[in-house]
Amino acid sequence: MLDGSSVDPMVVRPFIIRRFVKESHDTFSFGLEPMVGDRDFRFAPGQFNMLYVYGVGEVPISISGDPTKPLSLVHTTREVGTVTRAMRILKVGDTIGVRGPYGTSWPVEEARGRDVVLITGGIGLAPLRPVIYYILAHRERYGRIVLLYGSRTPEDILFRKDLERWRARFDVETHLTVDRASGSWRGNVGVVTQLIRRSPFDPLNCVAMVCGPEIMMRFTVSELEKRGVPYDRMYLSMERNMKCGIGLCGHCQLGPSFVCKDGPVYRYDQLSDIFIKREM
Amino acid sequence: MGATPTAAVLDAGNLQQLLDILQKQNYQTVGPTVRDNAVVYEHIQSVEDLPRGWTDEQTNGRYRLTHGKGKKFFGYVHGPNSWKKFLYPPARQLYAADRMKHRFDVVAPEPSGIKPALIGVRACELAAIMVQDRVLMDGEYIDPEYKARRQNAVIVAVNCTRAGGTCFCASMNTGPRVQEGYDILLTEVVDSHGHYFTVETASEKGRAIAAQLATSPASEEQLAAARQAVDKAARQMGRTLDLTDLKDSLYRGFDSIHWEKVAGRCLTCGNCTMVCPTCFCVNVEDTTALTGEQAFRIRRWDSCFTVDFSYIHGGSIRATDYSRYRQWLLHKLAYWQDQFGVVGCVGCGRCITWCPVGIDITEEARAVKG
Amino acid sequence: MENLERILQEHPFLEGLKKAHIELLVGCASNVAFKEGEWIFREGEPANSFYFIRHGRVHVQTHAPHTGPVVIRSREAGEVFGWSWLVPPYKWHFDARAVEVTRAIALDGKCLRTKCEEDHDLGYEIMKRFALVIAERLEATRLQLLDVYGNEINR
Repeated sequence: MLDGSSVDPMVVRPFIIRRFVKESHDTFSFGLEPMVGDRDFRFAPGQFNMLYVYGVGEVPISISGDPTKPLSLVHTTREVGTVTRAMRILKVGDTIGVRGPYGTSWPVEEARGRDVVLITGGIGLAPLRPVIYYILAHRERYGRIVLLYGSRTPEDILFRKDLERWRARFDVETHLTVDRASGSWRGNVGVVTQLIRRSPFDPLNCVAMVCGPEIMMRFTVSELEKRGVPYDRMYLSMERNMKCGIGLCGHCQLGPSFVCKDGPVYRYDQLSDIFIKREM
Repeated sequence: MGATPTAAVLDAGNLQQLLDILQKQNYQTVGPTVRDNAVVYEHIQSVEDLPRGWTDEQTNGRYRLTHGKGKKFFGYVHGPNSWKKFLYPPARQLYAADRMKHRFDVVAPEPSGIKPALIGVRACELAAIMVQDRVLMDGEYIDPEYKARRQNAVIVAVNCTRAGGTCFCASMNTGPRVQEGYDILLTEVVDSHGHYFTVETASEKGRAIAAQLATSPASEEQLAAARQAVDKAARQMGRTLDLTDLKDSLYRGFDSIHWEKVAGRCLTCGNCTMVCPTCFCVNVEDTTALTGEQAFRIRRWDSCFTVDFSYIHGGSIRATDYSRYRQWLLHKLAYWQDQFGVVGCVGCGRCITWCPVGIDITEEARAVKG
Repeated sequence: MENLERILQEHPFLEGLKKAHIELLVGCASNVAFKEGEWIFREGEPANSFYFIRHGRVHVQTHAPHTGPVVIRSREAGEVFGWSWLVPPYKWHFDARAVEVTRAIALDGKCLRTKCEEDHDLGYEIMKRFALVIAERLEATRLQLLDVYGNEINR
C-alpha cells in the first residue's frame, strides 16, 4: 500500500526520538530518525512537519534544525496543548509519526547580496533557526545579519548556547530583549520592536524575516515600515489550526489562502490586506 | 465531453434494467429513497426503493414531503443528503497504529475499491461534485480514496423538471439542465405519450451501459417535451444570487455591520455545512483500543461553525458567532474563487431549507454586497 | 562646550532644531558619568533633567512587594530618556540605574522649563519631540502589557 499514487498523504512514517533537550520550563527540542528507510530528510528553512503522538493526536511543528545537515531532523515546540503535553513526556527511544515537510519557506535565496534582518519573539525563534544556520553556513553571500529576539523573561530564552555563539561572532548583530525581568538581569528590557529603530541594516537593501505572536508581528511591520523597508522585502510566518497540513481539512484558512500550503511564510505585500482583518 | 447526446427513450417501466445492469457490473447502486419523512440517498436495490409519487415543499427552514397523485420517480427536488457521503464518507479511518512497547507501526487501510453508481444526480449536485473534485483530487495533494471512488463511479444524472422552493441554480449557472460530467442523463416526462425517460450519454462508460437498455429512438416531440419540462423548472425558480462583482464586493463587505445582524439569528448549529454538497472541511479524531495496544485516527466531516475549528493554543481565531457565519459565507462565495477558481456554492438551496431559523444565503449576500 | 554643541546638533532627537535653540540647549547641558550599579535617580525624587545616553545601559525599574525589583525597560546608547521633568509635579515615577558604565549628556530640566516658557517656539519644538517619546513609550507599554509570549492567544 505504501507506494504509488494510492498512498494517503495523511499517513505518517514512524520516527525514533534520538535526542531530547529541555530548552526552558515549557519548551523542548527533539531529534528524530526514521524507523526504516532513508535517513536523509531534506527541508527548506521555515517548513513544518505534522507530528503524531500515539493515541493522542497530530500537530504541526516547525523544523528548527540545520537544513545543511539533513541527517538530523530537529523540532522545537512549547507545551501548550494536549498533543505537545504528551510530546514533552516522551523519551529517547520512543516513536513519533512524521509527515512532511510542508509549507512555504523563508527567502534565503532572495536575500542573497542583501542585509538579513531576523525579528522574532518567543517560540518564533524556532522556525527561524534553520535560516540562521543556513546563512551562517553561507555567510559570504549576505550583507549584514541582524538578529533581534524578544522573550517574555530571561528564563524563557530559547537556544541559549546558539545565542551565545552568535553573539560572540563579529559578523552577526544579535540583540536580545525581555519583556520583564528581575533586578538581576543586566540586558535589554522592553519589547523587541523597539530594537528595530536602532539596528544597523540598510532598509532599502535588506530582507526582513519575522516570526512571533501575531500582535508582535503587527508592531514589527509598522516599525519596519517606519524604517522604509518595502512590503515585498518583509516575510512573516503565520500560525493557524491545522489538521492535515496539505490543504484538505480547511482549518487553517486565512481568507483566500491556506496557511499550510500558501504559508506559513508569506511575503508581506501578499498578506497585508488580510493580515489586518480581525477573525478572518 | 462534447459528445453528441444520443437521443433515446426508455419507458419508465424498464427503469429497473438500469439498476440490474449496474449491479451486475458490481456497482453499489445508491439513490433517493424515503426515510424519516425526507428523501435521502441510500443504497437501493430496485425501483421500488425510489420515492415514486413523492414531492417536496421547501422554503426557509421548512421541508415537507407529500405523496401526490403524480407517478414520477424523480418528482422531488432534493433532501438533506448530498452525494458527498458516498464519495467522501462522513467518517473514515486514516490508519491504525499498532504499539509494541515504546514503538508503533502504522497500518493504513487498503483502498475500499467501492464502485458507486449514483442514481438521480441533479445538475447542481453534479456541479458540486466537480467543485469537490478540484479540492480533493485536482491539487498537489489528493485524497486517494475520493479519487478512486470518483474514477470508479457511474453518474446517472436526472434533469430537474420542477424547481424547489429554495433553489437558485439558474442564477449560479449550474442548472437546472445538466450540462457535463455525467455518464447517463435522464429526463423524466409524463405526457400523452406515457411515462418515459429521454436518455443521453456523455461517456464511453455511459454509452456501454445505455446500450444494454431496452430503449427506442426518441421522437422530436419527446425530446421537445423533455426540453420544455426543464425550461419550466428554470422559470419557476424564485431566488437568485447575483454573481456580478460577487467576490470583490464581498471582500469589501468584510467589516459590514450586517454580519452581526445575521449572527443575531444564526444558532451556529452547523446544519448548513452538513447539508452543503461542497463543504469539505474535516477534523481528525484519535481513539485508542481498551488494551492500549492499538490507536486509530479517524477523519470526520467538520464544521467551521464550531469554536474549536480555529482553535490555537489558548483561544480561537474566530471566537465571535458573526465571524464564523462570515467565514462560511465568504468562503463559499468569495475565498473559494481565489482558492479553487470557482464559486463554492452551486445554488442547491439546502442551507436555506435546513437552517433552523431560515437564514437565506442569497439574501445575506445581497445585504453584505450593499 | 563645543563638543556638547556638536553632539546635540547631530543627535537625531534634535534634528531640524534651529541653531539658536541648540545653543540655548547647550547652555543647559552637561556631561555626566555613572558607575556600574549607580542610581541615576530614584522614585519620588525631583525630576529636573533628561539624558542623552552616549555609552552604556540604563534600567528603568520599580520595586514590587514580594517580588523585589522589576525592570520595566532598558535604555541604551543613542536614546533619550526621562520626561518627568516636563510634567508636574516634576518627580521621577521610577528608579533608574546604570547597569554598565554609562556616559550621558544631562539637560537641566528646570533651566529648560523656564526657557520653554519664555520662548514658545522652542517650547513647541521640545514638546513635539517629547510627545513622540511619550507616544512610543505608551505603545511599547501596551504591547508589554499584552504579554504576547504568554499562554493566551494573541489577538
